[in-house]
Amino acid sequence: MIVELEGLQKVYDGKQRVVAVDGIDLVVHEGELYGLLGPNGAGKTTTISICTTRALPTAGKVRIAGIDVVAAPSMARRCIGVVPQYNTLDRSCTIYENIYFHCLFFGFSRADAKRRTDQLLAQFHLTERADAYPAQLSGGLAQRVQIARAIAHHPKVLFLDEPSAGLDPQSRIAMWEAVRGLREEGITVVLTTHYMEEADELCDRVAIIDHGKILVEDTPAALKGSVGAQRVYELDLRSRENIPKLVQELQQKSGVASAEVTAKGVRILAEGTEGLLSEVVHTANPYGLRDLTITETSLETVFIHLTGRDLRE
Amino acid sequence: MQYGRAFAGLFLRDLYVLRRELFPFVIRVCMNPLLFLFVFTFIMPHMSGGAAMNPTAQMAGANFSTVLLPGLMAVAIMFSGIAAVALPLAQEFGITREIDDRVMCPLPVAAVALEKVCFSAMQSVIAAAVVFPLAYYIPATPVHAHVSSWPYLIVILVLASLTSGALGLTIGTSVKPQQIGLIFGVVVMPITFLGCVYYPWAALYPIRWLQIGVLINPIVYMSEGLRSALTPTLPHMSPLLILVMLVFFLVLLTWLGIKGFLRRVIG
Repeated sequence: MIVELEGLQKVYDGKQRVVAVDGIDLVVHEGELYGLLGPNGAGKTTTISICTTRALPTAGKVRIAGIDVVAAPSMARRCIGVVPQYNTLDRSCTIYENIYFHCLFFGFSRADAKRRTDQLLAQFHLTERADAYPAQLSGGLAQRVQIARAIAHHPKVLFLDEPSAGLDPQSRIAMWEAVRGLREEGITVVLTTHYMEEADELCDRVAIIDHGKILVEDTPAALKGSVGAQRVYELDLRSRENIPKLVQELQQKSGVASAEVTAKGVRILAEGTEGLLSEVVHTANPYGLRDLTITETSLETVFIHLTGRDLRE
Repeated sequence: MQYGRAFAGLFLRDLYVLRRELFPFVIRVCMNPLLFLFVFTFIMPHMSGGAAMNPTAQMAGANFSTVLLPGLMAVAIMFSGIAAVALPLAQEFGITREIDDRVMCPLPVAAVALEKVCFSAMQSVIAAAVVFPLAYYIPATPVHAHVSSWPYLIVILVLASLTSGALGLTIGTSVKPQQIGLIFGVVVMPITFLGCVYYPWAALYPIRWLQIGVLINPIVYMSEGLRSALTPTLPHMSPLLILVMLVFFLVLLTWLGIKGFLRRVIG
């Protein structure tokens, strides 16, 4: 166990009392790629801040490689690499110097720091930009520099806070590649995200978190399986009259796992039964069916299933 | 050991950046004393009736250049503290959050703040040293400087420089980044003009309330300290009192500054 959270709680006292983290327990194993998935404001960043010694918990314990982060923050920092949400590269230093000085901060000799910097620049395809300043980089490149810098001191765990926020799709895929590469080096990765594809694509295990609590935790495949359906039908209805009656009718069909009312119409979680689609259309037509979208079950479905809300709401 | 290397790394990084920005640094350090000396000790004495305009012309047995030397050194020290700590901190706390990476260094967070103070103190010492040749060559009337005790001068210089770094830390961490511009009007100007920079403290005797009021201003002890070490012919406070008060302000401002720093970076 490389990361252990025990009854973690963070309360911001102020004019408005905010419970950002409300009793989180979780364990991340060595070499794992672990994801915290949840909407904005769910408490993911606060959890990461506490794990990385940037915030103090109100209650509970965090241990990184057995080191209590509150009792021995300086020791814990040696085991941690962090890539925060925003760009914290040193604007007064070049890309090369950003990584080089980071190595010096962690006690490397100058020769070792130089060697490590050159190696990381090559590994992250940054050698050509070594003399550029952070302000000259695109968001995707800056993100890569931040990851390279974060792992420069060979941390045991890398924390990535919303690594793909603000990245274009291409940079996001490049970032995913870089993160997968880290696993080959044996670095444990903990990331937060509100993109379900990212959690699904990258993570070995995912915890879905909302209002500071972990709702459920498992492998992406098992989470998707837990919904008990393979397809999601979203019905867009012209009028909202008689919707409850339609829901009742739909629920009786074989192959429909569940049906529920949404803002636009009805959402059906369905097993992959043949012929169900035409039956659904047939049943819904008299209620003014305007449109129908079909999606595979995703982690988003799991979230909706658990909270009744969209991830992006 | 781990802390020492991290601290050295931080200091080296700051040195590196300073070396790259050497030209702005030189301008920043030279401009104020250069212009001040030029106007008040070169232009004015050359003007007809300039003596009447010279604010301390009647000061017993001293010329204004001699009064200005320690005063301008104190101002240089204080400005460096603000420019090297308060302004960059305000930026790093506000827009860029660059400080976050340095806070993640393997040493106590308070040490990151102390590094800022030490680095600023180094700049302050340089800034004070720059004043010396300027004050020697520019004024029309010669400066009467006499160092009777070098160790005393060095102690005063170091204490004053560290205190100004701590002052910069306190200001940088207690002021909202958006309001840092106001600091010059609200803090820097008053403590400079009321800091016994352009007049010895003893000369305030006729305005008793002011003479006592300015005692809460740390700049007073910086300029009086340098006055007692460099130009002892002028009236100055007792050296012991100066040392005690400088240490007092150093401890107080460092404590306030570190508290503010921790509050800003640890949620």
